[in-house]
Amino acid sequence: MTKIVVDPITRIEGHLRVEAEVSGGKISNAWVSGTMFRGIEKILKDRDPRDAWYWTQRFCGVCTTVHSIASIRAVEDALKIPVPPNAQLIRNIIIAIQNTQDHVIHFYHLHALDWVDITSALKADPVKTAQLAASLSEWPNNSATHFKAVQEKLKAFVASGRLGPFANAYWGHPAYKLPPEANLMATAHYLEALEWQKDIIKIHAILGSKNPHPQTFLVGGMSIPIDPDSQNALNADKLIEVKRLLAKAQEFVEKVYIPDLLAIASFYKEWAGIGAGVGNYMCYPEFPDAAGNNWLPGGAILNRDLSKVVALDQKKITEHVEHSWYQDAGSDGKGLHPYEGSTEPNYTGPNPPYQYLDTDKKYSWVKAPRYEEKPMEVGPLARVLVAYASGHKETKGAVDLVLGKLNVPPEALFSTLGRTGARGVDCLVIARQAPKWLDELIGNIAKGDLRIHSNEKWDPATWPAEAHGYGWHEAPRGGLGHWIKIKDQKILNYQAVVPSTWNASPRDAKGQAGPYEAALLGTPVADPEKPLEILRTIHSFDPCLACAVHVLDATGREMVRVKAS
Amino acid sequence: MSKTRTEGRDDTEFSISRILKERGVSRRDFLKFCSTMTAALALPPSFAPSVARALDEVKRPTLVWLEFQGCTGDSEALLRAANPTVGEIVLDILSVDYHETIMAAAGHQAEAALDKAITEHKGKYIAVIEGSIPMKDGGVYGCVGGKSNLARAREVCGNAAATIAIGTCASYGGIPAAAPNPTGAVGVKEAVPGATVINLPGCPCNADNLTATIVHYLVFNKIPALDGHGRPLFAYGKRIHDNCERRPHFDAGQYVEAWGDDGHRRGYCLYKMGCKGPATFHNCPTQRYNEKTAWPIGSGHPCVGCAEPQFWDVMSPMYGRLPNVPGFGIEHTADAIGLGLAAGAAGAFVVHGALNAMRKDKEPGEDTKED
Repeated sequence: MTKIVVDPITRIEGHLRVEAEVSGGKISNAWVSGTMFRGIEKILKDRDPRDAWYWTQRFCGVCTTVHSIASIRAVEDALKIPVPPNAQLIRNIIIAIQNTQDHVIHFYHLHALDWVDITSALKADPVKTAQLAASLSEWPNNSATHFKAVQEKLKAFVASGRLGPFANAYWGHPAYKLPPEANLMATAHYLEALEWQKDIIKIHAILGSKNPHPQTFLVGGMSIPIDPDSQNALNADKLIEVKRLLAKAQEFVEKVYIPDLLAIASFYKEWAGIGAGVGNYMCYPEFPDAAGNNWLPGGAILNRDLSKVVALDQKKITEHVEHSWYQDAGSDGKGLHPYEGSTEPNYTGPNPPYQYLDTDKKYSWVKAPRYEEKPMEVGPLARVLVAYASGHKETKGAVDLVLGKLNVPPEALFSTLGRTGARGVDCLVIARQAPKWLDELIGNIAKGDLRIHSNEKWDPATWPAEAHGYGWHEAPRGGLGHWIKIKDQKILNYQAVVPSTWNASPRDAKGQAGPYEAALLGTPVADPEKPLEILRTIHSFDPCLACAVHVLDATGREMVRVKAS
Repeated sequence: MSKTRTEGRDDTEFSISRILKERGVSRRDFLKFCSTMTAALALPPSFAPSVARALDEVKRPTLVWLEFQGCTGDSEALLRAANPTVGEIVLDILSVDYHETIMAAAGHQAEAALDKAITEHKGKYIAVIEGSIPMKDGGVYGCVGGKSNLARAREVCGNAAATIAIGTCASYGGIPAAAPNPTGAVGVKEAVPGATVINLPGCPCNADNLTATIVHYLVFNKIPALDGHGRPLFAYGKRIHDNCERRPHFDAGQYVEAWGDDGHRRGYCLYKMGCKGPATFHNCPTQRYNEKTAWPIGSGHPCVGCAEPQFWDVMSPMYGRLPNVPGFGIEHTADAIGLGLAAGAAGAFVVHGALNAMRKDKEPGEDTKED
């Protein structure tokens, strides 16, 4: 038995540590730990609920819109504030492009180097690379000249002897299987994706003022005014720019990302049998229309049974802290619902610098959320499975296409490779749908509907003395929920249960492992000094640890806040 | 310059412009980039040739980027840097030897890359710190590789030529330091008092200000002039309010009264909706974001004051009006100010004078230092 520690897990958001035991070349036990804590929910107490979107947005700068969305939905739910159709559509477009950009960045910049050996690209023949690329896609940049130029750049970089961010990696590891031409093609697209993401995310600047951390969200709507006759508002000029960028986003997904995904996956089909995880999947409904109906369905799939989608009940969500660095709230092994949760940070781990965590006891800043006391996987895979099992037309078409190209059954989705493939499917269906919401918005404006905000409950004096509500949002990384209690116009209690909290969960009172931990079991490790395989499975979830680590405090000291006029 | 392990040559012998040329960047693009940088540094256009000359002579320095109690928003901002082709390469040719979000290595191999960079280039590398540093309880609230953020910060910032604290968290503690500051979070300068620190606050920092700061350092071989809060004057020397495109509406007493009303659609002043522009020093109005596409006030949302120390506490509630926001410290009521303003520009000037006089901080420039 060998014990491996990987800390930091790089190419993720935030700070994640994995400790694993390897026996007979496979992982026999694993623990994951979030190693950074800020306590933002605690900081939120007593503040203005209308500000919460801005504060919670800072949970994460990668998921830069998702907490804003969940937060304004929670406050709107608590105070029963309707949202005008245009604001809903603008939110949908913002959500969609966040999803598209996030998934492409994840694939190329955070995940690809687990499968793509950049050093092997130096040996590729650019002409053959162009032939390979042409057999996969009509992307106009896939020329031998372009691939040669990329290779020349790469050669100059390597010859300099200073590899910067590419130094000390696992290059040449026996688990890398792509031919040099596929490696060169992927490397070229890695660089192109870096350019592309900057461009398409300007949609957030146009509708949201900037990115990261767009700033036009409002409880009750959006703060970006609409007026075809004003230069200070959303007008035809800006809408047509959004349209162009949405088309550009969709084209890249269709002609670069998906073909690359399929090509790379075809060399790694054994990973369709590795990294399954807990086998329970959950997602929230998303993309509401003016009537409140959602374009994507929510629900849960239990024990990998695709024949049945279970309807969700938010009351069945609880969080455990038996293995997390918080004081137990006397729940006797039962988790607490987000409305009731009350926990205090209580670090009992080793003092830094340390070699190992005490994994028998408390070992993470991440709590352990459970649905009906079961660990659940959330994310694109859950979203795609629930949509597929619910008969969602667009998703089913895309899933069948991908499974058909790879010649694998639906069960292949329950794996590391399936998780990475499902992210592509999710990206494709949403990127194709986004232009329809823009057309709808343009149609509304043409009819003279310029409303972006419901003003009647903006003034806190109109609120009841006490209110509570929750907001669900299906973020790129999965199901996100914010729960809020409001008392005397201030936040009494705020709790976020975040996608990576579900996925990076430590063990619970019953000793049930969380999704990352379960997915690592049985993963082969060829060289314990270079655990590339651990990165493959962990990265397939697209971890976001700053999001994952939260605590609220319902009993914290009172803070004096001056009420603004 | 230390020698690096290479098969062919030591590329620290080569200038930035030469490396750019080798990487397919034309001289024309390079000069265009220099003009952009000159503008970002608030230098007159005539400086562009000297920026270009200076970059011609610069060697390739090492940069390490560490994230502590952050949200990766500043790293994401970096990915949106405004002059993509050249900006990217400039970051690339800096030899970014450590950046957890993008680096290929992981685990102890990643930590080894950091150790190597700060040992081999001791006293010469640039450190960028993202996120605050938790000081409470022996630093247990932030650990990487089993080491506390504080221990790493002392090691890395203490041996750097200069440290750039990117974003409001690294500059002043930011959101983790907001009351009641559960983890004892502080900014870099407070955690490592001996380090040479440039603060680039903003939530997140505007990437243009980061590239401009780095270029300034490379061009003039010293850090830019800073204000009393450690911020470069070229980016934080002016009030948002004084450069705001909506300023004429403020002077004319034309305000947004409700979201989506006529004034909102026409771009009226957002002061009554809680805008903190009059109390915030930042170049948002001129630099804007995402290749100058937009900025918050331009898109109809008030400024929240994110470049100011402790803005989370002193500038909130977000929709509360200056000067009634706690911490601003003026006894006038907003309505009285509003009435005075409606009388016309003269009234406005009086009020501005009052606002300036009441600011607790010195005027920028009075307290600058250069190391």
